[in-house]
Amino acid sequence: MIRELTCIVCPKGCQLKVELDGKKVLSVEGATCKRGVAYAEAECTAPMRTITSTAVIVGGGVVPVKTDKAIPKELVFDCMKQINAARVSPDAKLGDIVIENVLGTDANVVTTRNAKL
Amino acid sequence: MATMSKELVIIGGGPAGMSAAVAAYDAGIRDILILERDKSLGGILRQCIHNGFGLHRFGEELTGPEYAYRYELQVRERNIPVKLGTMVLDITPDKTVTAMNGEDGLFTIDAKAIILAMGCRERPKGALNIAGTRPAGIFTAGTAQRFVNMDGYMPGKKVVILGSGDIGLIMARRMTLEGAEVKAVCELMPYSGGLARNIEQCLNDFSIPLMLSHTVVEIHGKERVEGVTIAKVDENRRPIPETRQFIECDTLLLSVGLLPENELTKSANIGLDRITGGAVVDQNRSTELEGVFACGNVLHVHDLVDYVSEEADIAGRAAAEYIKGNTASGRSISLSTDGKVRYTVPQRISANENVTVYFRVADVYRDVRIVVRDKDRVIINKKKQKVAPGEMETVTLTREMIESVAGDNLSFSIEK
Amino acid sequence: MYDVVIIGAGVVGGMVARTLAKYDMKICIVDKESDVAMGATRANSAIVHAGFDAAEGSMKARMNVRGSQMMESVCRELGVKYKRNQSLVVGFENERSEVEAIYKRGLANGVEGLSIVEKDELHTLEPNLNPDLTVALLAKTGAIVCPYELCLAAVGNAMDNGAALELDFEVCGIEKADSVYTVKALDGREIKAKYVINSAGVYSDEIAAMTGDADFTVKPRRGEYMLLDKECGGFTTRTIFHTPTKMGKGILVSPTVDGNLLLGPTATDIEDKEDTSTTAEGFATIFAKASDNVSNIPFNKVITSFCGLRATGSVGDFIIKERDGVITLGGIESPGLSSAPAIAEYVEQLLADKGALGEKKADFIATRRPMHYYRELTMDEKNAIIKKDPAYGRIVCRCEGITEGEVVEALTVNPAARDIDGVKRRTRSGMGRCQGGFCSPTVVELIARERGIPFESVTKFGKGSIVNYGKTKGDM
Repeated sequence: MIRELTCIVCPKGCQLKVELDGKKVLSVEGATCKRGVAYAEAECTAPMRTITSTAVIVGGGVVPVKTDKAIPKELVFDCMKQINAARVSPDAKLGDIVIENVLGTDANVVTTRNAKL
Repeated sequence: MATMSKELVIIGGGPAGMSAAVAAYDAGIRDILILERDKSLGGILRQCIHNGFGLHRFGEELTGPEYAYRYELQVRERNIPVKLGTMVLDITPDKTVTAMNGEDGLFTIDAKAIILAMGCRERPKGALNIAGTRPAGIFTAGTAQRFVNMDGYMPGKKVVILGSGDIGLIMARRMTLEGAEVKAVCELMPYSGGLARNIEQCLNDFSIPLMLSHTVVEIHGKERVEGVTIAKVDENRRPIPETRQFIECDTLLLSVGLLPENELTKSANIGLDRITGGAVVDQNRSTELEGVFACGNVLHVHDLVDYVSEEADIAGRAAAEYIKGNTASGRSISLSTDGKVRYTVPQRISANENVTVYFRVADVYRDVRIVVRDKDRVIINKKKQKVAPGEMETVTLTREMIESVAGDNLSFSIEK
Repeated sequence: MYDVVIIGAGVVGGMVARTLAKYDMKICIVDKESDVAMGATRANSAIVHAGFDAAEGSMKARMNVRGSQMMESVCRELGVKYKRNQSLVVGFENERSEVEAIYKRGLANGVEGLSIVEKDELHTLEPNLNPDLTVALLAKTGAIVCPYELCLAAVGNAMDNGAALELDFEVCGIEKADSVYTVKALDGREIKAKYVINSAGVYSDEIAAMTGDADFTVKPRRGEYMLLDKECGGFTTRTIFHTPTKMGKGILVSPTVDGNLLLGPTATDIEDKEDTSTTAEGFATIFAKASDNVSNIPFNKVITSFCGLRATGSVGDFIIKERDGVITLGGIESPGLSSAPAIAEYVEQLLADKGALGEKKADFIATRRPMHYYRELTMDEKNAIIKKDPAYGRIVCRCEGITEGEVVEALTVNPAARDIDGVKRRTRSGMGRCQGGFCSPTVVELIARERGIPFESVTKFGKGSIVNYGKTKGDM
C-alpha cells in the first residue's frame, strides 16, 4: 500500500510517497533530505510531535514552553494536561525544565523564554 | 526637546532590526541605536511560540522566542544601544527621526543612515466587507495569538477561521490544544496561502476541515459572535447563494494577509512597490532615498524568519558600507515581471555582484520554468514542479551573469 | 429625587442635559446601553445640514436651521471638531428643476449662503465629481461634525456641572404619583424626577407609551455606511448629496472631521430596533450610488462598514411636545444631529414656560477640554506633560498615535469609557488602518487596570460582548 504524506520537518513541505507493507516501510519517495525519510518512517509506524504551549508562572502570567523532543502523537492532549497543571518559577530561565520526562516519554517540557522579560 | 545624532538608526527591534544591527556592528559600525516600540526585543516572534524557526539559520528547530533570544543575546554581547517602548513617529527625507517614549519624551535623531525594520501588520476585517453584525469575537489571528500566548487568555471556544495564512493555521492548532473547538478554516482561493506542513500538522492532525474556495458571507450575533454563514465561491470568487451554510461559533479569526507597515517610509517620501507594499530597493536593500535601507517584512512579507535575518544582514552590511563612504558602483538594471511572477525583491540591481532575487508568483503553476531574460537572451531557465503564491521563490544571479547584461532590464517570467 | 430625568443619552439627550445643566437643577441621564451615543448618534452621516431639505414651516426645518446656526459655537465651547466644509446637492441636467426647487425651499426656510452652481464651476470646486453632473446647489453653511464626539462632550459637560449618568438602565416602566415620576429599569433601579424628557430615539414611541401617550410610533430605518482610509479624506472637500428622494437624502460622499471619507447611507425600513447588521445588498447600493456622483472612488480603501438606525416617526416631522411634565422628543431622524442644539434650546424654553428652570448656576462650566487636545499640542508642550506622566509618552495605538495617557483619560474623564469601543470612540484608538489588531490587547489591559476588573471581564461594548472567556489554564 502507498501512503501519501506532507513532510513537516521543514517549511519546504515535501510531498512524500511511502510504500508500506502493513506497518513496515518498504520505501520513501519524494523526500529531499534524510530527515524527511526518517519522518516518513516514523509517521507511518509511530508518529511523533513536538508540543509548544504556555505554562503558568507562579504569581501570574504565562511563559512559553515546548517538549525538547517529539513525543508520541497520541499523547499530545495528555501532555497538554500536564503542561496546564505545571507551575513555573518567576525566576525560570530559557531552557529550564518545567516537567521532567513528561509521561515517561523521555522528553522534558522546557521553557522557551525567560519567565521575567 | 532633545536632539541627538547617530550614525545608524534602526527602526524596529524584531528579527530584522536585530539582525541588521549585528551585521552593521560586525562590519565596523559602533554608533548604532535600535528603536523598538514594544517593551522588549523580539518583535512578533515573541508571540510565535510554535517551533519551525531557525532551520536555515541555526540548523535546528527553534520556537519564535528562542530564535529572537539568540539575536537578543548577540545584540547585548555587542552592547548595541536599544531604546524600548519607543515609537518612531516620523522620518524626514533628510533622515531626521522623531521618536517618543515615556522616559525621554519626544526627541529627534539626525541619522547618517537608517534601516527600516518595522515589520508588517495583519489585514483587518473592514477591508473584507463581510455583511452582518459587529459583535465581540472577531479577531485577526495575530490578535488572538497575542491573547493566548502572551496574556494567557482564551478569546474563543468555538472557532471558525477565515483565511489559510500561516498564522491562521498555527492558531487553529493552538486554540485546539488549549481546548477550543476549531470548526473549519475557510479559504477564498482554491489553494491555501499557508505552508503545506502547517496544513498537515495544524489542521490534518486535528481533523480540522480546510474548505477551499469558501468564504464567510455573514456574521451573526448581537453581543458576541453566535455563528457565521459561509458559502462556496465561483471561479470569480463570488459567493454561490445556494451553498450558504450556517456554522455555530463564538469566534471568527481572520488570517487574510499581511501588509508591510510603511507609514514611516511614506513620511520620508520613499517610493513604494505597488505589489509588495514595501520600498523599492536594490540588491543592498537600499531604498530610493540614499542612506535609508529596508529589510524584513516591512519590505515584503516573508514565509520564514530565517530569510528575514538573511535579508537584514545584507541591509546591515550595506548600511555600514554607506556610513564608511563606500557606495555601490554605477550599474542600474531594473527587474521586471510578467504578472505570473508578481514581484521581485530587489527591484533593481546597482552593482556587478552575486544577487539572490526573491519573488512570489500569482497563482499555483505546475511543471513550469522560471525564466530570466536580458532582452531575448535567456540567462536563467530553472525547472519547477510546482510554484505557489504562499511560498517565496529565489533565483541567484551570479556576478558574471550581471556583468553580461547588455540592456538595463532583466525580465522574470513563469513559462511552460 | 431629581428635577429632570432624561431617557436616552444620544446627541439630543446629551445636548438637552448640557443645556439644562446651566441651571440649578438636579439632572439624571439614563441609557439602556453601556455608553452614551450608542443609538443613531453612533452611526449617521456626521453632517450639519444647512436646512434646505425639510418642508417649509415644519419643526424639522425650524430646528435644523436654528441648530445649524448654533452648532459652531456649541462645538467651540465643548471642544468638538467642527468644519464648515460646505455641501453640494448635485444633479444631472434632467434634475435641474429639482435642484432649483430645493434652492427655493432653502430660501423659504431661511437658510443663508445658498447658490446655484453651474457645470464648469462645479467641477472646478470638486474635480472628482461624475463629469455628467451639470448643476448643483451649493450651501456655504453645510458643515461636518463628529456626532458621538459631540454627544460625549455634551454629556461630559453636563456631568462636569453635576448631572448624573446611569448606564445599562433599560427603562421598563414609568409611574406617576404625587407629581413625581418614577422611572424603573429592568434590573430594579429606580429614578424619581419631576420631569421626564424622552429622547429615546427609535424607542421614543415605547417610552411615550409608558407615560400613556400612544399618539405616534417610530420605525427604524436602516442606514449602512462605509468608511475609507484617511488617505482618501481629501477625495471630495465638500459633502456631496444627490437630489433627494422620499426615503431620504440618498447616498452621500463626504469627508469626516477626522479626515476619512464616508459613503452612505442606504435607506431600508425594518422592524427590529436592534438590527444594525450590514448587508451585501447595502454594500452594492453604496458602491453604485456613490459612483453616480463621484468618479473613481477608491473602494479598495474601505477600512470599515457599519449601520445605524434612524428613528423615523409616523407623523413625518419631529414630534416635540410637553404634556403633564413629560417632554417628548420623538421621531428625531435626520436632521436630528443638526437640530440637537436647537431642540435643547426649545426644551429649555418649554421648562422655562412652566417655571421649572432653577436659577442659573454661578459656577457653570461652559467649556470642555477638546477630547483630542493632546495630539494638537506642540512637541515641547507634550514633553512637559510626559515629564509629569510618562504614560503620555507610551504609544498604545500605533496607527492613530494614541498614548496610554490618553486612554487612561478616556477611562476616567466624564463620561468615563467602560469598554473597548468606548475607548475607541473617545481616543480613536483602534480606528486606524489595523482596526485594533495591535492595540486591543493593551486597551483590554488598561481597562482592567483602571476599572479594577478582571481581564476577562472586559467587554467590547458592555453586556455580553466579552472579549476573552477566561484564562487558558484555568484559575492561576
